[in-house]
This record gives sequence, structure tokens and C-alpha cells, in this order.
Amino acid sequence: MDSDNQLKAKKSVEVKNPQGLHLRPGEVFTRTASEFKSTIEVISGDRRVDGKSLLDIATLGASQGTQLEIEAHGPDAEAAVEVLAKIVETSSVDELTKEP
Amino acid sequence: MQTLQGIAVSPGVAIGEALVIDNEGFRIPQRFVARDAVQAEIARLTDAIAGADQEIAANRDTVTEQLGKHYGAIFGAHLKMLHDTRLRREIESMIRQKHYSPEYAVSRTMRRYAKVFQSLDNAFMKERSQDIFDIEKRLLKHLLRDRREDVSQLSSPVVLLAHNLTPSETANLNRKYALGFVTEAGGPGSHTAIVAEAMRLPAVVATGPFLTDVSGGDLVIIDGNLGRVILQPDEETVAKYRYEAEEHRSVEARLKSFATKAATTSDGERIQLYGNIEFPYEVDQCQAGGADGIGLYRTEFLYLNAKKEPTESTHYKAYKKVLLAMGDKPVCVRTLDLGADKLVDDADAGDEKNPVLGLRSIRLTLRNVPLFRTQLRAILRASTLGKVQVMFPLITTLKELRQAKMLLSDVMEDLEESKIDFDRHIKVGIMAEVPATALMLERFLDEVDFVSIGTNDLIQYTLAVDRSNKDVASMYTASEPAVLRLIRMSIQAAGRVNKPVNVCGQMSGNILYTMLLLGFGLRHFSVPPASILEIKKVVSSVNIKQCQRIARRAMSMEHSQDIRNYLKEELRKQVPELVP
Repeated sequence: MDSDNQLKAKKSVEVKNPQGLHLRPGEVFTRTASEFKSTIEVISGDRRVDGKSLLDIATLGASQGTQLEIEAHGPDAEAAVEVLAKIVETSSVDELTKEP
Repeated sequence: MQTLQGIAVSPGVAIGEALVIDNEGFRIPQRFVARDAVQAEIARLTDAIAGADQEIAANRDTVTEQLGKHYGAIFGAHLKMLHDTRLRREIESMIRQKHYSPEYAVSRTMRRYAKVFQSLDNAFMKERSQDIFDIEKRLLKHLLRDRREDVSQLSSPVVLLAHNLTPSETANLNRKYALGFVTEAGGPGSHTAIVAEAMRLPAVVATGPFLTDVSGGDLVIIDGNLGRVILQPDEETVAKYRYEAEEHRSVEARLKSFATKAATTSDGERIQLYGNIEFPYEVDQCQAGGADGIGLYRTEFLYLNAKKEPTESTHYKAYKKVLLAMGDKPVCVRTLDLGADKLVDDADAGDEKNPVLGLRSIRLTLRNVPLFRTQLRAILRASTLGKVQVMFPLITTLKELRQAKMLLSDVMEDLEESKIDFDRHIKVGIMAEVPATALMLERFLDEVDFVSIGTNDLIQYTLAVDRSNKDVASMYTASEPAVLRLIRMSIQAAGRVNKPVNVCGQMSGNILYTMLLLGFGLRHFSVPPASILEIKKVVSSVNIKQCQRIARRAMSMEHSQDIRNYLKEELRKQVPELVP
């Protein structure tokens, strides 16, 4: 299924966390991103970084209100973008890390 | 390439790989690894990451337990960064492709990230650079585990970059491997700076913060003449500096012919040229330059190097070395000239608001009589080995001079009682380095055999300028008319009673002032060993009449800059080959 591997998904999101996409939300983001097979990139202005690298994400310095684009290539691209967009749009880390 | 401007404290140029010393004394001595060692080096990196991982995880658990999940998560993020796949890829590729050592690769990569964080607008993210440094430090600690060494244990040639170096750290540097140093802090009057000059290590201080921009192993040029530091210089710059070093060597080679000649002016006036030294080994260079003696033997190194107060025998051995080397030429030993803050284990030290106006030098020794007596005894005992003179620094009042002399006689009596031989007629002198002393010199001259004008302190006290304070440092100059007037007064006062006077501050080693000082009537110079040949060259190129005319003209001027310009112009006329 060659076409499956070519799947591409893209979504624009706004950072909601008051402290921005800093290390802790970034950690959740990259941990989640790493669970997907697709390559994931995050775009902010003219910068494009590896969505599975916490260091790279952190260097974006994305603060609250920053517009980001999440782009995924791969078999699970669609799902990845959906899940990751949710993380960026969540306003508190505790919501992400609270026990199930 | 990045250029920093600091304060030049010790001349010369050093080109070499950086050794960055932080508070914990980390050093990254080796920049490259052998091609066939790459696999082993990567294994070392893997081990270091595993070691750091364990530490951070343990930290996370403790913090989570004690402070809660919120705080523990900070270390969770550190772990994640440590295991960041991109980071790992980057470090590994530096080791594989560029053959960087894991230490250097880690430092380069982490510092690049830290720099990106520091450049962010967001204050919160800016601070993340600290997280990066924290991780870097952990990794280096694991990588260097068995090889963390003291700076005194250098094993390859490096230039040292540090926030600050203590005088004893500097004094203990291995001269074979330490090519020069740069410190973010520090000032030109510091003992560290003096020690650097004595060791002939090119040095620049007070550059301000830059250590986060360098990795150990980076190529660095230290220009100790201009106070410049060049990080990761381009090839052209390196070539330019190598060429200049070559030029310098050839001028030095041409000056060599003066080594065997006495310092005599063209009209036949014989000038006594002494060397200033700190360490016994510096005698060699004084001898090589054909010095007439040692005009200033600083003894601070004996106190700074030691963990505890030096014993009489430690003093004696150091003096003996110099005296035996100098034969029948005079050696002037200056008693301890340190601030209380520099002395080891001194409980009283530390809360002085203004140390240069505080308890230092002769004031300190007069209050620590046992310490002073130990040194005086050693000087007196050594006086049978050669022509020793003793000199008291920072004398401000006649009372201080009398107290110091009384103590000296007291020690002499002790020695007599113990039937220990010494020179009963040892010459006793003082440093004239406080304006009060220069103003009252006629009275002091009644009670001393000689005077040495210490221009470094005299300038600072006359002009009320701290030259380590960059806002006023430019006001610090020997060419200020008030300073010159005090110097001329002092030289003439000594001349009138026919007692030897020399100038031993940095001014006397600067060829710009040689003719002026000769014109003032100075016939004894005490200069850094490296300046001896240059000064001889200037002395032999001029006559006294000329110098007197130059001195008169200079003293008619009002501005220090005009005086310097004028002196430079005259020097260019007389000795063009020494003026660039």
C-alpha cells in the first residue's frame, strides 16, 4: 500500500498554555509524537523543527498565542496531527499529566 | 571568529587550544580522537549518558517525593533532553565524521543549543539555557570521571579560559603547557596579573562574560599586547599573528648583542640596570640580559603558593638560589607586600571595604610580628651569601619605617645571641609608592640607604584611580603631570643627598619613559627581565643633555596624552627600530 506511506496531514494550532510550549508540555508533546510512525515536524514562522526532539521544540520558544503548524508524513499522519494539536491547545500541563 | 576586548596585563601572543575552567575545574584537554578510536569513544559517550541518566532519574524521584510531581517533572524533561535522538545524532556524527572527542562534541552541541535559548525573547525560555548547561556539566563529569585534573596538572599545551584565576593557581601553572590565559573578571593591578607577567604568560583580564561561547578545544588567540582575545580565528588572522611573532623574535635576536654590554648612554653615563623578579628562575633571564643586579625581588609567591605560612627555611632556600646565581651583584629583597585578603587562613580578612587603602603590605606585617620576623631572619641569614638589601613596601609614615627598622635590629640581636652570621651592614631601603612618602622623602632619606619608586601604586594613589575599574581605568597613566612631578621630586631629593634611587614600577620597563626618567636624573632602573635589552638599546642611543631637554619640554605640558605623544615622537627620532 504505497499510497498509505505518502499520507500527509497538516494542522494549524495556537499555543494555549500560559507558559508556552515549554519543557514540560514539550515533553508530553515529543513523547506522544515519538509513539507515531510518521515523521513529525513543527513549523513556527520560518523555522521548521523535528517534532520528536524536545530540544528542537524548545528552541522554538513558542509562547502562549504563538501560531504553530504541525505537519506529519507517514501511515498514521492524520491521527498524529489530531492528537498533537490537542496537546498544543490544552491550557494546562496538569490536564495532560493527570492520572487516568 | 569572535573578538573580545579586555585589559592587557602581560604582553605576548599565545595561539592554542582552549581549556575552559569553570567553578568545578572542568577541562576538555583533547579536541580530537584517533580515527580507530571512534568506536571506543562512542562507547564512552553511551556510558556517560547512562551514568547521567541514573543521576537525573534519582534526582527526579527524590524531588518528586519531597516537592511533588510538578518539580520532579523538571528532571523528567532533563532526561528527555538527555535522550533526545537529534542531540545524540549530532554528537555522534561529530565524533564519527570530525573525530572530535566526546567531551568536545558534547560541549559544542550543548552550547549551540544553549545559545539558541539565550537568544529567545521569552524570559522563561532564555533560562532554559541553564538546563542545558546542567546537562552538559553532568555529561562532562561522567566523561571526565577519571581525568578531571587540577590546572596545575596540565599535560598538553593549552590557553586557559576562566572566570577568574587565583594568584596561586596562576603561579602553579606548568609553564611548559600553559601558553597564556584569559579571565572574565580581574584587574590589571591584581597579583594574578603580576604573576602572569613574571611567568611571561600572555594574559588578558576583565573581558566580561564569554565562557559560554567557547568549548574546550576551540582555537583561541590571546593578544597580550592589545588586550584582545580572538575565539575561533580564521586562517588569515592566525597567519597574521604567526608572522608578528616571527617579527618579534627577530627584533629580540637583534637586541641580543646588548646582552654583554653595559647600559651606557652615548655620552658615557653608566646606568645601573636591575631586574624585577618574583620567582628564582627569573634570574636566568636577568643574567642573560646582563643585568647589574636584582632591584626588586618580590616575595609574595612564597606566601601564595603555600597552604600554610612559609617557614624560615622556605624563605632562606628561595633567597639562596637567587643570591648564588647573582654572585656579587646586589639583590634587593622586598618584604611581604600583600593584602590581608590574599593571605591564607587569615580569619580577619574578608570584610575590608577598600582593600588597597586597608590592611596590607607593611601595615599587615607590622601587625603580624612573628610572620615578619620569620622573613627578616631568613633575609639576614641569607645576607652572608651575597649582596642582600632589604626593602619595606608601602611605607607611609616615618613611624612605620622606624618600627620596621627596630624589628630588624631586634632580629639581628637574636641572631647575634645565637651566634648566627649575617651582614651587619645590610642596606635598608623603602618603596616610595604613597604620595605622602614622596612628599616627605627628604626626611625618609635621612634614615634609609636607598629608595625605590613604585610607580604602580604611586599612580593609583596620586590619581585616586582604581585601574581595575573599567569606567576610570583610562585615567590611570604614568604620564599625568602630577605623577611625573612626584617622581621627579623623589629622584631629585635622593640625588641631593647622594643616595641611590631607582624606579621599579611598570613605568620603568616601558621604553616610552626611559629618556624622560634619565632627564629627571634617574641613573638606576629596575625593570621586568624581558625589558632589559630594550632599555639598554634606548639608553645607549641617547645622551643626557638630550634627555634633560626632553624632560623639560614634557614637564611644560598639561595633558597626559600630549606628553605621551611627545615622548613617542622623540623615541621614534632616537630609536626608530623600537617604535612600531
